[in-house]
Amino acid sequence: MRNTWPVLVVLGAIAALWYLAVAPMNIRGALDQAERAGAVVAPETPKARQEVSVWRLMIDNPDHIAAGYSLDRPRLPTPVQVGEELWKSTVGMALRGRAMSKRSLIYHGWVTLQATLWGFLLGTAVGILGAVAIVHWRVMDMSLMPWAIISQTVPIVALAPMIIVVSAQIGIEGRAIPKAIISAYLCYFPVLVGMVKGLRAPTVSQIDLLKTYNASALQGFLKLRVPASLPYLFTSLKVGIAAALVGTIVGELPTGAISGLGARILIGDQFGTPLAIWAALVAAAILAGVLVTLLDLLQKITLKRMGFRQ
Amino acid sequence: MNALVFALVFWLGAWALNAALARSRWHATRPVRIFVPVLFGVTLLVLWEGIVRGLDVSPVILPAPSRVAQTFVVSTDTLWLDFRQTVLKGALSGYLIGCIAAFLTAIAIDRSSFLTRGLLPIGNFVAALPIVGIAPILVSWFGFDWHSKAAVVVVMVFFPMLVNTVQGLRETDPMQRDLMRTYAAGYLQTLVKLRLPAAMPFVFNGLKIATTLALIGAIVAEYFGSPIYGMGFRISTGVGSLSIDLVWAEIAVAALAGTVFYGLVAWAERLVTFWHPSQRG
Repeated sequence: MRNTWPVLVVLGAIAALWYLAVAPMNIRGALDQAERAGAVVAPETPKARQEVSVWRLMIDNPDHIAAGYSLDRPRLPTPVQVGEELWKSTVGMALRGRAMSKRSLIYHGWVTLQATLWGFLLGTAVGILGAVAIVHWRVMDMSLMPWAIISQTVPIVALAPMIIVVSAQIGIEGRAIPKAIISAYLCYFPVLVGMVKGLRAPTVSQIDLLKTYNASALQGFLKLRVPASLPYLFTSLKVGIAAALVGTIVGELPTGAISGLGARILIGDQFGTPLAIWAALVAAAILAGVLVTLLDLLQKITLKRMGFRQ
Repeated sequence: MNALVFALVFWLGAWALNAALARSRWHATRPVRIFVPVLFGVTLLVLWEGIVRGLDVSPVILPAPSRVAQTFVVSTDTLWLDFRQTVLKGALSGYLIGCIAAFLTAIAIDRSSFLTRGLLPIGNFVAALPIVGIAPILVSWFGFDWHSKAAVVVVMVFFPMLVNTVQGLRETDPMQRDLMRTYAAGYLQTLVKLRLPAAMPFVFNGLKIATTLALIGAIVAEYFGSPIYGMGFRISTGVGSLSIDLVWAEIAVAALAGTVFYGLVAWAERLVTFWHPSQRG
């Protein structure tokens, strides 16, 4: 916990910088608004203002800087505006009993969470099975491992629209499955690499000991390799779930999805409501934080009960 | 059906050959280590071709690799234009700016242990966030051309690079730093001769992670608005107009660019960190 104080200070500094940046970012919007309300600003028309730098505008119109902090459609909203929007579209909706309405981020977060968890399950399963195969058969190690690495240098986003079109063509309804495939694609790699390392973690002397016990290959796997790999597994699961969430959001972004946090970002962009984009972004960040923290807790509890030193 | 049967037979044969090679006594030699994965990749392509031809899959759903290759050859001009716009202008410039900025920031905050302790947890957290979501905001700030794509890439690569560099700079042990002290080395000398070289494996780890992120960022940002060329633009419009073979050619370019980019960074890593145990093997 000795890091709490520095983290808070740095967060405070970031918030301060953010507030400072709002003024130059929003001055044009504030002046446009003031002009429409009938105030006299210098230069007078939006077109003339395009020619002038934001700093000049701020010096010439000091009275209107404050208005930039409370615009409806700011280029850069203040943290408080984002917080209010987030509160309104989550807790506010829940209080009115509409937590699952289409305008509530709880509903969209739930859609994203579901796809993330399916992708995470699928990716983890593929990763673990692949790791078991790689550890046991040299031919798998030699032929699969290079392609696993290459698969991650292929930008999955290029494939995302393809995956959705193909799965629609072969008759898969909805977007849940293609989204899960995309997130599994990003998620399996850290699990695979971590598990290969983990399953190979037992030392030669430990394996020899099991041989002197006349243990079969299966027993050696279950009683030595699997337990030894757990610390590695949890570490890579934490990376994996974050990657799965990124995959889901990428799967929602470019493809015209209508529900999910990524779709909220997309819709916010199309309808010109920046506050909705920012709220969805923060909601995604919170979701990522919660998921990683949950896995971290699970890791601590499991490893403690299995007697690993922390 | 003949094509499908041929593909399956090819697959079994290639698999048997690979298994035999892996079990043979030459399995550790260099040609075999390269040949086995290449044959595996070729097998996948043959299977794909066989399935598409054997089952008569419509080219609108999944074009055969041979067809994609044809499209690739025919439309190299388009592909080159898109490649220049997305990879060279968007991804590469953003990658350079983001990585250099993160590297310099890491060296700057490294002097204060307070800042390091404050920024490292935040950086770790941000590196795990779905930052791609910021793309529409940056596109509306910086316009449709490649500048906004580079901006997305800068934001995406900054934090993984920062975290890795800061961690790398902490890699030296007290013994080594004390040794530099006894040589009367100043801060700058210690940094250049001891700590930066020791940090290089971590720096390159960050650089490698950033290569993939850079391409993802540049392509996603194009889905939110771009000039009428660029890989992301071509993919999203190609899917809409059912010119799927061009989309696959574009994906092949993206895959090739990603792999070459990664390979170049890995090659540079081998040159710079030749002393590290993982490179000596």
